[in-house]
Amino acid sequence: MTQSVKITSDVDSVRSEIRDNSIRVIDVRREGDYKQDHIPNSVNLPLATLLSDDSPENVLKLVNSMGIDDETPVVVYDDTFGALASRVAWTLEWIGHSNVTLLETTYGNWKSLGLENDSKIPDVSKKDHSLNLQSDILATSDYLESAKSREDVILIDNRERLNYLEQHIPGAISLPYRTLASDDKILRSKEDMKRLLGNRGVSGNSEIITYCGSVGTLSGLAYYALKSAELPNAKLYVRSFKEWKNLQKPTIKQEDANYWDLSAE
Amino acid sequence: MTISDLTHSSVDPVSPKINWARVDEADHFAETVKLYRQGKYDEDSFRRFRLQHGAYGTRMTSDYAMVRVKLPAGEIYPKQFEKLSKLSEQYSIGSAHFSTRENIQLHWVILEDVSEIFRSLAEVGLTSREACGNSVRNVMCSPLSGVCCDEKFDSTPYALATAKFFLRNPMAQSLPRKFKFNFTCCEKHGMVRMVDVGLIPEIRQVDGSEQKGFKIFLGGGLGNKSFVGHQLEDFTPEEDLLYTSIAVMRIFDRLGDRKNLARNRMRYLVNDMGWEKFQNLVLKERAIVRATQSVVTRLKVDTTPSKITRPLKISDETGGSAPDGYARWLKTNTVKQKQSDYRSVFITLEAGDITSNQLSVLADLIREFSSEGKARTGFVQNVALRYVHEDDLIPLYSKLLQSGLAKSGALTMTTPVGCSGTTSCNLALTNSHRLAKEIQRKFLELKLDDDDDLADSSIKISGCPNSCGQHGIATIGFFGGGGRNGKDMYANYQMSLGGRFDGETMLGQTCLRVPAKRVIPVILKIIELFKENKKSDDTLKSWIHRIVNNSEDSAVKSINDIKKILEPLIIPPNKDDDPDFYLDYGSDTSYHTKTGKGECAA
Repeated sequence: MTQSVKITSDVDSVRSEIRDNSIRVIDVRREGDYKQDHIPNSVNLPLATLLSDDSPENVLKLVNSMGIDDETPVVVYDDTFGALASRVAWTLEWIGHSNVTLLETTYGNWKSLGLENDSKIPDVSKKDHSLNLQSDILATSDYLESAKSREDVILIDNRERLNYLEQHIPGAISLPYRTLASDDKILRSKEDMKRLLGNRGVSGNSEIITYCGSVGTLSGLAYYALKSAELPNAKLYVRSFKEWKNLQKPTIKQEDANYWDLSAE
Repeated sequence: MTISDLTHSSVDPVSPKINWARVDEADHFAETVKLYRQGKYDEDSFRRFRLQHGAYGTRMTSDYAMVRVKLPAGEIYPKQFEKLSKLSEQYSIGSAHFSTRENIQLHWVILEDVSEIFRSLAEVGLTSREACGNSVRNVMCSPLSGVCCDEKFDSTPYALATAKFFLRNPMAQSLPRKFKFNFTCCEKHGMVRMVDVGLIPEIRQVDGSEQKGFKIFLGGGLGNKSFVGHQLEDFTPEEDLLYTSIAVMRIFDRLGDRKNLARNRMRYLVNDMGWEKFQNLVLKERAIVRATQSVVTRLKVDTTPSKITRPLKISDETGGSAPDGYARWLKTNTVKQKQSDYRSVFITLEAGDITSNQLSVLADLIREFSSEGKARTGFVQNVALRYVHEDDLIPLYSKLLQSGLAKSGALTMTTPVGCSGTTSCNLALTNSHRLAKEIQRKFLELKLDDDDDLADSSIKISGCPNSCGQHGIATIGFFGGGGRNGKDMYANYQMSLGGRFDGETMLGQTCLRVPAKRVIPVILKIIELFKENKKSDDTLKSWIHRIVNNSEDSAVKSINDIKKILEPLIIPPNKDDDPDFYLDYGSDTSYHTKTGKGECAA
């Protein structure tokens, strides 16, 4: 029933697809970093630019300006262990772009491997992408509030363990984003990911909602981690804990222990 | 080509000789946790299983565990530091904790993630197997073994061989209680009389040739009730080391108390039976063990000397001027080795805590500065880089400064030991961990580490009477409890004076109870009294030693004299005048005692 979806693109195929000019590569780092050097032929979409207005209409405008239409295969990369790239990839998916993957490694690692990069800014002709909003991959606070009491819903907090101990959404389990990567890739192998999640009871057909601190980056990476483990029924609570707290919805903390003392300042 | 083919991993000149891990234990653990959560495994059996694999319970919750990673003989290699750094970020709280028994602990690990840690540890040859539970705990060795100027020979290979022999050995899986071995280098750097089996290397002349062996001490230990160990015989030749160890364990296994959890360490057996009787039993049992081996059982002692290669320096950093604080650090954190031109450098931590970033920095520093390519953990929640060339000390100090690891006082009274206390332990009554840090910060601020009179003294703090913080052998020791003023409670410590763990090992004598927020002024007052009354060549340690032995002749003659002087300092203030008094360190809510079930005895 579950079909294998491609979540990451390996370095080799990305390199050859760049040579064939058959993909659009998006660099989500800051503009200054991008201008210095980047993967050849990649376009720049700093995460901050996206976040300043991530309404479907504006995202569509950005996508069009990057020369992406419904059929364009897109690969996204960052230098932040895949979290920023994930947030951008998820947004593309959300407006209805189905062919988007993450580069399997970070730009820093790409460079340290001695792979090609330059500072040329490609000429991109505008394209016309349709809007086909995928609401089922988004969780709003209202949705989360009603969903989390359901038996078949798993809520995952992807912040660091210490943040979780201090305060989290009731019912959430803690799966820090650092657990998702392997030594050289932004995501573990499928088998490793399945085992990690399986041990934690994250498996089967449950609906899984991920959240993190503020804008859905760490939890965006977790969203793709779930998909890589063939758990397709995932949603991102994209406004995450920051919104939850601002709305003064209930939170809980670990009682009876001064655990913070063990984290040397 | 895949990315993994491209990633070249750095190759260390020295890598671990012994692989302590078994990766199949990770799968087994994961499966067992699942069965347990499904209710197919009863609580007690699961707890025993969990502890046997080195996962300890956490304060007031069954969701989390603490994973205690063993470092046999204290040895740790760069790759292992890097792995622990990563694991602390992934599965713990971004930091790790050095224990007093050469373990590194990861706290607040979700029970279901413990198996993932085992799997990763196996990649670098480490295990937490038998780090808890009724087994042979981590076999310790002095961090100076092999470099100590006073040692007869290096006992490290014997510690490693002993650890290897007993790990997963069926005879050590279900003892009446935990069982601990400490090897050391010499009397001074000891800890051999405060443990089930303590060993000091010794050499004797037999027919004109040298014979290696040990002075073996049995039946010591710290706890709710502490005892000093007894020396078995003048000299135990090295070939008898294993037979002696087996004999002692067999007796303990057979006669140790399996019913009364509070009295089942071997020291109680020794104490109840009387030393002479126990000693005779051991000697007889050893003769039986020796005579009845069906195959010759012996320790596989690998005495190949470590390769000492001074790491190449790409840039010439020598000759630079020393940064501020260097002289103080050199004096209080480094020890000259018996090998000329080399020093062992102790890294000051706060009550054993270290961040994941600092762990990975240590990996780099070993590669860059240690000519033996590995490090050693110590007895006081610390870590030592050994074989650092004299010419490399300034560059090393500069690097330590950059990563917050250059604090001075590592080998002085200003670096107290503090168990984990209420930060994570079920049994704790007070936050001993934080108190240790507060004392350290204050004392470094007062530059007390620079005071030679205080250097050989120690402060050790436990959060309850059970002595994980080893308070009984401290010059000034504390264990936590609750105090009460009317209806209001506050964290309160029983203070003892005059404990020591060297050749004249003795337990400290109870002085008085000191509220947590008065501990620092009380210690400072004791130092003041010492300064007023000391003889010219006294240290705080020697002065207190005379007092507890009733041989002091100045104005302050006895524990009782000290007590009387300190009493005005410990009177609880009115809560409205000083609300802070009623809060324990590290807590912003009013103090109350709350404990769960201990697990040491499970």
